[in-house]
Amino acid sequence: MDFTFTKEQEMIREMVRDFANKEIAPIAEEIDRTERFPIESFKRMGELGLLGIPFPEEYGGSGGDTISYILAVEEIGKACGSTGLSYAAAVSLGASPIYYFGTEEQKEKYLVPLAKGESLGAFGLTEPNAGSDAGGTRTKAVLSSDHYLINGEKCWITNASFARTVIVTALNGTDDRGKKKISAFIVPTDCNGLTIRSEYEKMGVRGSNTTEIVLEDVKVPKENLLGDPSKGFGQFLYTLDGGRISIAALAVGIGKAAYEAALAYSKERKQFGKYIGSFQAIQFKLADMAMELELAQNMVYKAAWLKDEGKPFKREAAFAKLFASEAAMRICNQAIQIHGGYGYMREYHVERFLRDAKLLEIGEGTSEIQRMVIAREIGCPK
Amino acid sequence: MNIFVILKRTFDTEEKIQIENSEIVDDGAEFIINPYDEYAIEEAIQLREEHGGEVTLITVGDEESEKQLRTGLAMGADKAVLIENEEIEDGDPFSTEALLGAYFQEKEIDIILGGNVAVDGGSGQVGPRLAEKLGINHVSSIVKIEIENGKATIERDVEGDQVTVEVSLPILVTAQQGLNEPRYPSLPGIMKAKKKPLEELDLDDLDLEEEDVEGKTKTVDRYLPPEKKAGKILEGDLDDQVKELVSLLKSEAKVI
Ligand SMILES: Cc1cc2nc3c(=O)[nH]c(=O)nc-3n(C[C@H](O)[C@H](O)[C@H](O)COP(=O)(O)OP(=O)(O)OC[C@H]3O[C@@H](n4cnc5c(N)ncnc54)[C@H](O)[C@@H]3O)c2cc1C
Repeated sequence: MDFTFTKEQEMIREMVRDFANKEIAPIAEEIDRTERFPIESFKRMGELGLLGIPFPEEYGGSGGDTISYILAVEEIGKACGSTGLSYAAAVSLGASPIYYFGTEEQKEKYLVPLAKGESLGAFGLTEPNAGSDAGGTRTKAVLSSDHYLINGEKCWITNASFARTVIVTALNGTDDRGKKKISAFIVPTDCNGLTIRSEYEKMGVRGSNTTEIVLEDVKVPKENLLGDPSKGFGQFLYTLDGGRISIAALAVGIGKAAYEAALAYSKERKQFGKYIGSFQAIQFKLADMAMELELAQNMVYKAAWLKDEGKPFKREAAFAKLFASEAAMRICNQAIQIHGGYGYMREYHVERFLRDAKLLEIGEGTSEIQRMVIAREIGCPK
Repeated sequence: MNIFVILKRTFDTEEKIQIENSEIVDDGAEFIINPYDEYAIEEAIQLREEHGGEVTLITVGDEESEKQLRTGLAMGADKAVLIENEEIEDGDPFSTEALLGAYFQEKEIDIILGGNVAVDGGSGQVGPRLAEKLGINHVSSIVKIEIENGKATIERDVEGDQVTVEVSLPILVTAQQGLNEPRYPSLPGIMKAKKKPLEELDLDDLDLEEEDVEGKTKTVDRYLPPEKKAGKILEGDLDDQVKELVSLLKSEAKVI
């Protein structure tokens, strides 16, 4: 067993930490308050190669591994949850499926600009009536000669306002056994009939771009079908498994930010003539926070390592996402408690951490869905 | 141009420093490139971008320093040299000068850049000593440099004021804050750094004996500055406050 990072992984982590401290953290409060998407941060991240970490150089990437990417998500998420979410969604959901399942032409044409940060990736799976139950997808694609006509509606899709292409899932006929087939399509955002709106008012990750996508007779060339239609939806579940590791890393980042703020505050604030950090009740909270963070981190890194080793990681990704996101909620909640009334104020940031962390128990599979995945993986009867 | 940067791995002085038995406890400390040396690396890369040539990084340190060299390579330097000093007892700026001096003996040099001072030892000696040893010009604390026709026009910081000097190459300069804004190593840069040449040298390789590099100084003790006591806020009538302040400065602080 070896728990050390490689030199490259450490260098990447330090570079991202440095960058995030200097350029992302200072605007985190502002973009949350004004609900502004920090496009300038993404331009810089593109220049530094952060949007292409886990993709090979031939596709405009940096040739790094999943662990490096996960460390970057953690550091960016620690500085700003909104930026962290859009970053994780761009790489794990927007770009990765093209890398995993795209044809050579699709990679050249669509992955390269994503990896270089010229465009942001977006993945549209969720619909108003199909969330946890992706099988309930209603968006429909119909093949007619050399193109598909797509109709439907997607909701809460991250990054689409800043994407040149979005991947959308849609019903695509039935298989031999008469079962509904769901496929994914690469849809250029300048297509006729495609409308993208970002009018949601969110509780947290308010600086992240969240959109509604309406498709009305959107015509995409036949070759924009992504992946092997006979392999079905399982391909995209693989994408979600990978995405879960990044959401878990984001939870670790936000949790760390809350923990560090609480620890620092406990050494500054005096009541009854003593630092509040000298009270056992506060110490125990901080001890629990430190422990949960370390456990979450270990699970996240292990899941990423399994993925890098080409080993199965579905169960571990679910463990990581479930534990890290729930731990982040507990940690952020206690961080506010340790700050008392100040913690309830925007100025002290910890209330934002809690609002941002909540999304992580919902997006890319709710906590309930993670438990279902784990139950299935450990062989519970159907 | 043959551009060299001498750099040092230091602990991050923004982190809390602990001393036990006159030794700095460095397990758990974060290690970084000495911040002034980062300016030197950045300037070296900019000089190469303008004039062509090659940037070589050199450090004197232990195995762990490879990471700082790789970071410099990731920023854009071309190659790196690690001169090992693990076998040297009581190393000091003289030892570093001796090792670097031996390394540079047969090198074609246009410019050597270093930091103004290392934030750990804080001697600020290695740069000027090395220049002396190599018999080349040196300018310390520079905030701007331009090179043309074998001449460098340099602005240096003198206690907050600036002096402009003209020096002919080869030179050694040390960087002051304000020289530039060091770039982040990019991701592709980090991945490429893995494949760039990094040479490791020891005393034998440099034809040196242990006596040649033994330190000239002895550390007698090491301690942290006394902890600052909480301040005092005077209250009451302004005139009384002034009187109290004067008397406290006399009796307690004993500064007047
Ligand atoms: C800010 C934000 C960004 C998002 N970004 C994206 C994106 O980029 N792309 C995308 O496709 N989607 C995105 N989503 C959507 C997200 O993935 C869904 O919200 C999530 O999958 C849950 O679906 P739902 O909201 O429809 O909840 P539902 O599925 O309606 O669930 C409601 C509740 O019922 C529970 N539940 C559902 N089924 C079961 C069951 N079988 N057993 C037990 N409990 C169950 C759930 O756990 C939950 O508690 C985003 C959402 C948000 C809020």
